[in-house]
Amino acid sequence: MMGFDWNWQLDGWIVAAGMLCAVASSLLGCFLLLRRMSLLGDAISHAVLPGLAGAFLISGSRSSVWMFVGAVIVGVLTALLSDFIHHRGQVDEGASMGVVFTTLFASGLLMIVVAADRVDLDPGCVLYGAIEQTPLDKWEVPGLPFAVPRVVVVLSIVTLVNALFVGLFFKELKISTFDAALATASGFSANLIHYVLMTLVAITAVACFESVGNILVVAMLIVPPATAYLLTNRLRTMVILSCLIAAVSAWGGHVMAIVVPSWFGFRSTTTAGMMSVATGVAFMVAFLFAPQQGFLPRWVRQQWLRWTILADDVLTLLYRIEESAREVGGHPATAPGSAFAVTAAPLAQTVPWVAETLLTNRLAVKWAMRYLTWRGRVRPVSAKDGGADSGPAEGGGEARLPVLTEVGRREAETIVRSHRLWEQYLVTKVDVAEERLHAKADRLEHFTDREMQDQLDEQTDSPSIDPHGRPIPNPDQP
Amino acid sequence: MDPIALSVDDLTVAYHRKPVIWDVEFDIPQGKLVGIVGPNGAGKSTLLKAIMDLIPRASGRVEVFGKPYHQSLHRVGYVPQRESVDWDFPVDALDVVTMGLYRRVGWCLPIRKKHRDAAREALARVGIADLAHRQISQLSGGQQQRTFLARALVQDADLYLMDEPLAAVDAATEAAIVELLKQMQADGKTAVVIHHDLQSVPDYFDHVVLLNMRVVATGRTQDVFTNENLQKTYGGRLTLLDEATEAMRRRERGI
Repeated sequence: MMGFDWNWQLDGWIVAAGMLCAVASSLLGCFLLLRRMSLLGDAISHAVLPGLAGAFLISGSRSSVWMFVGAVIVGVLTALLSDFIHHRGQVDEGASMGVVFTTLFASGLLMIVVAADRVDLDPGCVLYGAIEQTPLDKWEVPGLPFAVPRVVVVLSIVTLVNALFVGLFFKELKISTFDAALATASGFSANLIHYVLMTLVAITAVACFESVGNILVVAMLIVPPATAYLLTNRLRTMVILSCLIAAVSAWGGHVMAIVVPSWFGFRSTTTAGMMSVATGVAFMVAFLFAPQQGFLPRWVRQQWLRWTILADDVLTLLYRIEESAREVGGHPATAPGSAFAVTAAPLAQTVPWVAETLLTNRLAVKWAMRYLTWRGRVRPVSAKDGGADSGPAEGGGEARLPVLTEVGRREAETIVRSHRLWEQYLVTKVDVAEERLHAKADRLEHFTDREMQDQLDEQTDSPSIDPHGRPIPNPDQP
Repeated sequence: MDPIALSVDDLTVAYHRKPVIWDVEFDIPQGKLVGIVGPNGAGKSTLLKAIMDLIPRASGRVEVFGKPYHQSLHRVGYVPQRESVDWDFPVDALDVVTMGLYRRVGWCLPIRKKHRDAAREALARVGIADLAHRQISQLSGGQQQRTFLARALVQDADLYLMDEPLAAVDAATEAAIVELLKQMQADGKTAVVIHHDLQSVPDYFDHVVLLNMRVVATGRTQDVFTNENLQKTYGGRLTLLDEATEAMRRRERGI
C-alpha cells in the first residue's frame, strides 16, 4: 500500500506543518462555529492579504515581523469594520462581512500584482500556499540537535498560544459563546473575549497562510469543527475531536496527495488541497455515519421503528382474531393456546387479508410473521392444530396464519391494553371524536411504556372495557 | 420604608435613534416580587438589558442597593429569555447551571467538585435533578426554563432580573417557578419579573411596574393594578410621542 518514498526529512516536516496549521485553526474554529461566525473566520483569513502586501511593499522582505503585525491589524480591522457596518449602516451581517472582506482581499491582490515586478510573491502562492517548500527554509533552534523549518517553528508557537487560550479560558469562551449577556453580567466581558478570539483568528490565518494558503485555512477553520459537532454534544469532546480530525486529515491529505494521483497515472498533487479534501471526506463520513445525527443511523433507526411497529400490529391483529373468534365462533372460550379460535373466525384470514388490513404488502407481513416466529411470539399452525374445524374458509391454498404462543399472547395483551386504555383516555379526557379514536390510539400504543400505562389506568379509573365495549386485557391478572 | 433595591432614574434607550424606552423612572423596595407588565414592544426586555448595561443608554442613572450597577454586579442575577440562547449548544443541563457560578470561580480557574455539587442541588430545587446530564436540546420548554432558574439560584444574588420566565411553560412548571419565587422572596431576595399574563399578576406579584415606553404607573399591586392604569398602558398608545419620535428619526435619516 505504502508504495511511495516516505522521506522523514521532507514528508515529515510537511506533515508536521500541515498538522500544526490544522490543529491551530480548528481549536478556534469550534468557537467560531458555535457563535455562527464561521464566515467571519473566512473573512478575516482573506482580508489579511492587504496587510501582508502592504507590509511587504514597505519592508520588501517576506519574513519580516512587520508583515505579520500588518496582517494581524488588518484582520482585526475586518471584524471591527463589518461589525460597524452591520450596526451603523443597518446592513445584514453576512452582507457587511462580504463587503469588507472582498474589498480588502481584492485590494490586497492588486497590491501584490503591483509589487510582483519588484519582489517574488505571486497570487497563486497566496491562494494555495506552498507547503511543499516547508523543509527548504530551516532555522537552528537553540537546544535542538537538528534544524527545524521556519514554518514549523512559527506554527508551533501559534498552536501553543491557541491551545493555551482555549485551555485557560475554556470556561469564559463557553459562557460568552452560549450566553453573551450572562457572561457580561458575570463580569466576563463578551466583547473583550470576542476581540481576543478575532485577533487570534487573524494571527492563525497569517501564520497558516504561508503553508496551506489563504483559501484553505478556511477549510481548517470550519470543516473539522463542523465534523466534530456532528459527533458529540459535549463542548470539551467537540474541541478535542475536531483537533484530532484536523490532524488526521492533514496527515492523510499528504499521503493521499502522493498516492491517489498515481492510481490515475499522474504525479503527486498539491498537499494543501488534498488536506482540505481529506477534511471534506471526514465530514461526509460523519454526516453519513455519526451515531446520533448521522444520516444512515437515523434512517436505520426509522426503518427499525417501522418494522417493530409492523410486527406489533401483526401480533395484535392475531390477538384480535383470536379474541373475536372466542366471542363470535359460538364456542365457549377454551384454554388459551388452542388454535381453533383462529380457524373459526368468520373471514378468510390469510396473509393477503392481513396485509390489506394493515395497509402494507404481503411480503412485509410474511417477513414480520417470520420475525415473530423467530422471537417465539407465534408458531405456525400444524396439521393437528387445525383439526376438524378447518373448513373451506381457509381459502385457495394460502398459508394459514400462525397462532400466538404464550409469550406472544402476553405481549399482545400488553399492547392491546395500551391501545384500549388510550381510547378510553382520549374519550374521557381529551374528547377525541369517535371515528378518529382508533387511529390515534393505534399510533400511541407503540410508544407507551409500563409507567405510562399505569398512569393511564389510574387516570381513567381502571376501566375493564374500552369505548367500543371490548374488554381491556390485563396480562398481570389472568 | 424598606431600603431600595433598584432605583432607575430618567432612563432612555434608543435603537437606531428611535427611542424604545423614554424617561423611565421607578424605585423598587427590597424583598418584593415585582412584575413588569406592558404590551409587546413596550420596551420591557430593553429596560432589563439597559439596567445591566448590556445595551447603551442614551441617558439615565441606575442604582442597585444604593450603588451604581457596576459596583453591585455581584448582587444581581439575570434570567434571559429562553429564546435568547442556542439550545443546540453542546452542553448539558448541569453545565448551564454551573455557568451561574463562573463569576465566583473567577477567571481561568476550573470548575471544581463543590461547584458541581452546588449546581446539582439547584437542579434538585427546581425539580429536575435527574436531567443533569441531558443535552439541553433534549429538554422540554419547561425543563429549559427550570434550568435557567436553577442557574439563577446558584448565582445567589440579592436582586434578580428575569425576562419572561413564565412564557410558554406548562402549568406544572409555572406553579413550580412561582413557588420558587415566593421562597426566594421569603429569603429576602428581590425579583423583577417581566410577565405577560395579566390575569395572574395580582396572584404572583406584590408590586408592579406598568410600562409602555415610559412608566405608566408603579407601586403596590393593589393600588396600581387598576383597570384605569391598564387601559392607559395597553389602550392609549402615546401616539403623539410616537409620531414625534418617528418624525425625528425620518429627519435625521434625511428621508
